[in-house]
Formats: sequence, structure tokens, C-alpha cells
Amino acid sequence: MEHLFEYVLRIGDDSLILGQRLAEWCGHGPILEEDIAMTNISLDLIGQATTLLDYAAKIEGKGKNADQLAFLRFDKDYRNLLLVEQPNGDFGMTMMRQFFFDAFRKPFFEALQHSKDEQLSAIAEKSLKETRYHLKHSSEWVIRLGDGTEESHQRIQESLDALYRYTDELFYSDEVQKAMESAGIAPKMDDVRSEWNKTVDYVLNEATLKIPDNQWKFEGGRRGMHSEHLGYILADMQYMQRAYPGLEW
Amino acid sequence: MVNESVIWNYLTEVADPEIPVLTILDLGIVRKVSIEGDHVQVTITPTYSGCPAMKLIEDEIIAKLREYKIDNVDVDLVLSPAWSTDWISEEGRDKLREYGIAPPEDEVDKSVLFSEPTVVPCPKCQSRNTRMISLFGSTACKAQYQCNECLEPFDYFKCLK
Repeated sequence: MEHLFEYVLRIGDDSLILGQRLAEWCGHGPILEEDIAMTNISLDLIGQATTLLDYAAKIEGKGKNADQLAFLRFDKDYRNLLLVEQPNGDFGMTMMRQFFFDAFRKPFFEALQHSKDEQLSAIAEKSLKETRYHLKHSSEWVIRLGDGTEESHQRIQESLDALYRYTDELFYSDEVQKAMESAGIAPKMDDVRSEWNKTVDYVLNEATLKIPDNQWKFEGGRRGMHSEHLGYILADMQYMQRAYPGLEW
Repeated sequence: MVNESVIWNYLTEVADPEIPVLTILDLGIVRKVSIEGDHVQVTITPTYSGCPAMKLIEDEIIAKLREYKIDNVDVDLVLSPAWSTDWISEEGRDKLREYGIAPPEDEVDKSVLFSEPTVVPCPKCQSRNTRMISLFGSTACKAQYQCNECLEPFDYFKCLK
């Protein structure tokens, strides 16, 4: 049960933190359509996070709800990937981060649909439909910017160079992951990785972008060891519940 | 005595908060109605995970049934089977068109990453010469299109399967 709680928390926190990051674009998008697109995607992710954290709270069995998990934990209790907490940067940086994540989430949800855990399988079935739209959107932008002007190419290549080091963690495996895989609850990460590689190779090739070699691979998010950026996100996100405990809309 | 078909009938009076020409039955989000004693259970499913209208729809179902003196009502949410635009009724599709929103078209296989945007006829002039402006629109379920003939910008209720 403890493994399952930890596992659901990981998926839920990825959606929560990336949803929060994308919401920062609200009112700041480069064009109105993209402002709307990023906040729409944010909304899908926050919706997924609500269901996942609600489920995690039930597994934990301490009478908490999704909001309490989202707003009242400390940074070391968050289990999201380092990738999703990275700052938005420019629009290209946000699209690159989104593309790496979407290219992972699609095969991940496809496989999670067959999970032996009924609730996770239902969430995957629902979320997959949305994720397909997200991936289409982010990969089109990576190609448009990569294969665009000299400046857009150079800038998105820099975003790729800055973010690629966080992608190995997408396939993080430890005791929790292995236990969930052997219980038939979690997808096999090797399979997800090979699908991810296919999408990334195809899109980056179309985009005329190159994967940097010999980079140090960062990990830590799954163990609660985060970059300094998470603290700032939480300060913003948790302010209201910390200042006015139990406040409701 | 209240039976299930009476409840279904009452629910035809609950409009979708974001597209008020559609009832929640046109939209296909009511999955089940069951009665046990004087307790009524209505099961709904969200269109999108983050659809902000779900809570309001839940409240409106409860308020509507209360108008008919049915007070003991619970609304619960199921995720599976996941909602599909195929569940929008024929009548619902006509209502959408009249309202100026293009109803969902059958789209090619979504596992294909790149494909031409779907041809969506203009709900005003019916021309098929339209273009996609953005995959994302005013609500989670819509995309933005524009007609190249009559220049009308319009919402497209995007296909979700």
C-alpha cells in the first residue's frame, strides 16, 4: 500500500507542478491563441492531478483530500520530476519542456490503461485522449521553431541543451517502480522509453535539432530532492491555504 | 412514485453551463440514474479531466430535482468508460450547428502524430473551405476555426475518442 501511495503521488505531482507552471503563462502568452492553448493544457493537467491526488489521499487513509495533498506538503514531500519544475523561460523553452513530457506521457498512459489497478487504468484512459492533443501541439511547435528562422533555431536548440539532462529521470526506476511493475500496476519503463525515443528522434530530426552528447543526467525529484525552483512554485501555489487554512472557493 | 424514467425526463431540463443550448443529456455526460427507496443516485462523467463545469453541473442536477420535491440526491463522477464525442446526440449536433458551433467530425487515427487538420464545415455558410486557427479554444472541448468564404470565426467542438 505504501508503494502504491508513493507511485500515485509521483504521477499526480507531475501533473500538478507542470499544470501550475503552465498556468504562469496566463495573460502572458506570445499570442492570444497560445495563451489559451497553454492554459487549456494546464487545466487538463490540474484535472488529472485532482483525480490522482484524491486517489493518493484515499490510499494513504489519513482522512486527507486532494487539496490538502496539493497545498499543505513541504517541498521534500513532492515527488514530481525535475523536468516539470524547470522555469518557463521563453515560449520555446516551455514548448521543449512540454514536448519531452508529452512524448513520455502518451506511451505511459497507453500502457497504464492496462494497469491491474482499476482506478489508475480509468485515469489513464481519460487522460490519454487529452495527452494526444498536447503532444500534437508541442511537437508542432518544436518543429516550427527548430526548422524556423536562424534565431528561433538557435534559441530552441539552447532550450533543448538546457533541458535534455532532465529527461533520463522520466524513466526513473527504484524499489517502488519495480514493485509496481511486478504487481502489474505500473507500465514497464523500458517499453515507455523506447516509444519516447522514437517520438523524440522523429520530431527532433524534422526540427533539425541535435541532442547534446555526454551530458550529466540529473535525478532526484522522485526522492524528494528538488531544484531550488520548486520552492518558489510552492510559495506561490500554497500561499492562500497557508495564510487562510481551509479556505474554500 | 418517482421512477428512473421520470428522473431522466427531469434531467432534460438541465442545461450545460458552458453551451446552454445543449442539455446534459444531449452532451451524453449522464451515465446512470438509480433509485433505492427515496434515494436518487445520478452518475455523470467529465468531458475533460479538468472541466471546470462539473461541480456546477452537479449542483444544477441537485437543484433541478429539488424543484420536483426530490431532496435525497447524490451525484457521483465516473471516469471509465471515458467520455467520447460520439455520445453527443444527433439532436445535440443540430443544436450546436444552429448555435454557431461546428459539431465534432470524424477524425483520422489520432495515433498519427502529424496529419492535416480535419475539414470542418462552417456552421454559418456550410462552406468546407475553412482553416484551423488553434487546436485549443474558449473551453477545453473546443478548437478555433475560421471560414475562408464568409470569414466567420467559429468554435469547433473537437472530436474526442
